[in-house]
Amino acid sequence: MARTMYDKIWDAHLVDEQEDGTCLLYIDRHLVHEVTSPQAFEGLRLSGRQVRAPGKTLAVADHNVPTEGRANGIADEESRIQVETLEKNAKDFGVEYLEMMDIRQGVVHIVGPEQGFTLPGTTIVCGDSHTSTHGAFGALAHGIGTSEVEHVLATQTLIQTKAKNMKIEVNGTLPDHVTAKDIILAVIGEIGTAGGTGYVMEYTGEAIAALSMEGRMTVCNMSIEGGARAGLIAPDEKTFEYLKGRPRSPKGADWDAAVAYWKTLPTDEGAHFDKVVTLDASNLPPLLTWGTSPENVVSIEGVVPDPSKIEDAAMRTSVERALAYMGLEANTKMTDIKIDRAFIGSCTNGRIEDIREVAKIVKGKKVSDHVSAMVVPGSGLVKEQAEQEGLDKILIEAGFDWREPGCSMCLAMNADKLSEGERCASTSNRNFEGRQGRGGRTHLVSPEMAAAAAIAGHFVDVRKV
Amino acid sequence: MDKFKKVDGVAAPLPILNVDTDMIIPKQFLKTIKRTGLGKNLFDEMRFTIDGDEIADFVLNKPQYRNAQILVAGDNFGCGSSREHAPWAIADFGIKVIISTSFADIFYNNCFKNGILPIKLSQGDVDKLMEDAERGANATVSVDLETQEIKGPDGGTIKFDVDAFRKHCLLEGLDDVGLTLQKEEKITAFESKRGAEQPWL
Repeated sequence: MARTMYDKIWDAHLVDEQEDGTCLLYIDRHLVHEVTSPQAFEGLRLSGRQVRAPGKTLAVADHNVPTEGRANGIADEESRIQVETLEKNAKDFGVEYLEMMDIRQGVVHIVGPEQGFTLPGTTIVCGDSHTSTHGAFGALAHGIGTSEVEHVLATQTLIQTKAKNMKIEVNGTLPDHVTAKDIILAVIGEIGTAGGTGYVMEYTGEAIAALSMEGRMTVCNMSIEGGARAGLIAPDEKTFEYLKGRPRSPKGADWDAAVAYWKTLPTDEGAHFDKVVTLDASNLPPLLTWGTSPENVVSIEGVVPDPSKIEDAAMRTSVERALAYMGLEANTKMTDIKIDRAFIGSCTNGRIEDIREVAKIVKGKKVSDHVSAMVVPGSGLVKEQAEQEGLDKILIEAGFDWREPGCSMCLAMNADKLSEGERCASTSNRNFEGRQGRGGRTHLVSPEMAAAAAIAGHFVDVRKV
Repeated sequence: MDKFKKVDGVAAPLPILNVDTDMIIPKQFLKTIKRTGLGKNLFDEMRFTIDGDEIADFVLNKPQYRNAQILVAGDNFGCGSSREHAPWAIADFGIKVIISTSFADIFYNNCFKNGILPIKLSQGDVDKLMEDAERGANATVSVDLETQEIKGPDGGTIKFDVDAFRKHCLLEGLDDVGLTLQKEEKITAFESKRGAEQPWL
């Protein structure tokens, strides 16, 4: 029978299936960070259990780490304790830990692919919802809770029921300055934040095939914002080229055997999808969000929605609440909205390609007087690469802060956060109330759009810059 | 984990769509290395001002809902971050049942690991229970996992679905890790087979 890529990876990892359909799925790769793991390791200690496969587990601190003055350690005591706890747990249980000053340290979802820890056809989990990022390699990757982190540490398996298959077909060619971020924002705008609940989404079509691995990671990263725990993109020559020679990628004869296997992964002709969504990339404008949910997407040419025109009462209340929080008036042109801050980084858009695009936009220009802008590379290796290319100098000359790697203001667990009422053009993934700091107002955009807004002081159509 | 028993209690109405886990427990409370004590910060930024004073009109600050054991909420409850701190905070506050038309996958799953029963109902049933909940402490709701029934204050009964395995684990308070380790032979066999077929992993 014709199978989807999700069906194939699922079948290849099935350890046990109960009569009621509850399955035990084998986990090949487990990424661990400091925020969602302490209670899991504590659970192991309390029950006298060990980590079953330390070699399949990789730990790195990213959420709490400072992005400046790092050599002085972590000033915030709770943050410091959490990072030290991860280091101790990794040591006690024999798990490899990339410490804060290690050049390989960074946001866990950027580190995995860079190290070749992320491989096609594998199952990958992490106590973090943006684990969906790794689906860009044709890996079944999703976020789990801390109880499940403990379960995977102890058993290298996960109790699961199978999700349904959804296909997101993105046809056509992206116009200039319209990016992978705009594709995924368009998808979420189309299906809504619950549209993918209960599904694994596979992205196909020529616009997806044309994306770089960095762009594919951006798309899969935000699958969770569309409600799907996992997103998938079929591995191809770009995938293999990206992985070849990475520290943990297979070598020699293993590499050839692995590539031969990876080529069997793509969805079979005629495989059944429970739901299909089609999108035309060639008509996409640059997009941004106006509200407090990632589905609140609008074109840069558009205006803030008018709640008085919404018939459904619950939806109207929801829009009114979002506009009040965001401090926006209905029908305001998006290009008239001024910003105070710009944040470029995160597991969504903190990779080298993102920083290159930002540098192109801002070269020889200056950040607007009333804007504070920062670039936080996704990992030490991204930072090093950018510095080798001289991108840091371009950014600093334009007035951007050039920081150390980490999650930073995507979720504001470290010192990087918005103040009450501040408005930010952010390349991250969530615009929830308080996400980037209590009372902070987040507009999700592509790196190019964030860069252009930082220079102009308000949102602009990056195609016209 | 404690065994899940029948819950008879006050239901609090939270008619907001897409309640995300950042709302349920903001990031500043994720720095803990413990599971306990998060109830006081449940819905922190909706419940308290920046100075820490209670916001009187938030539902869980109203006298009739302070001991609510059931939450009736809008669509897509628990979306966003995978943080299990969200169900930890909910359970620590004393809420044992959440009723909505839909839940985000990871949150839904996390609830069962913490003795919380998330119940998905039709829009009509949620609307009815939301109305009941609006009536406050005079209108208690009864949730019976064994029979999969909710009894409203007016005596009406609503049946609900729940996955059989999850129901069993919740009723018996079972530890997933312990259950899985009973299948250790199968895991070991899988690992040897996989190690031979895909030695690069």
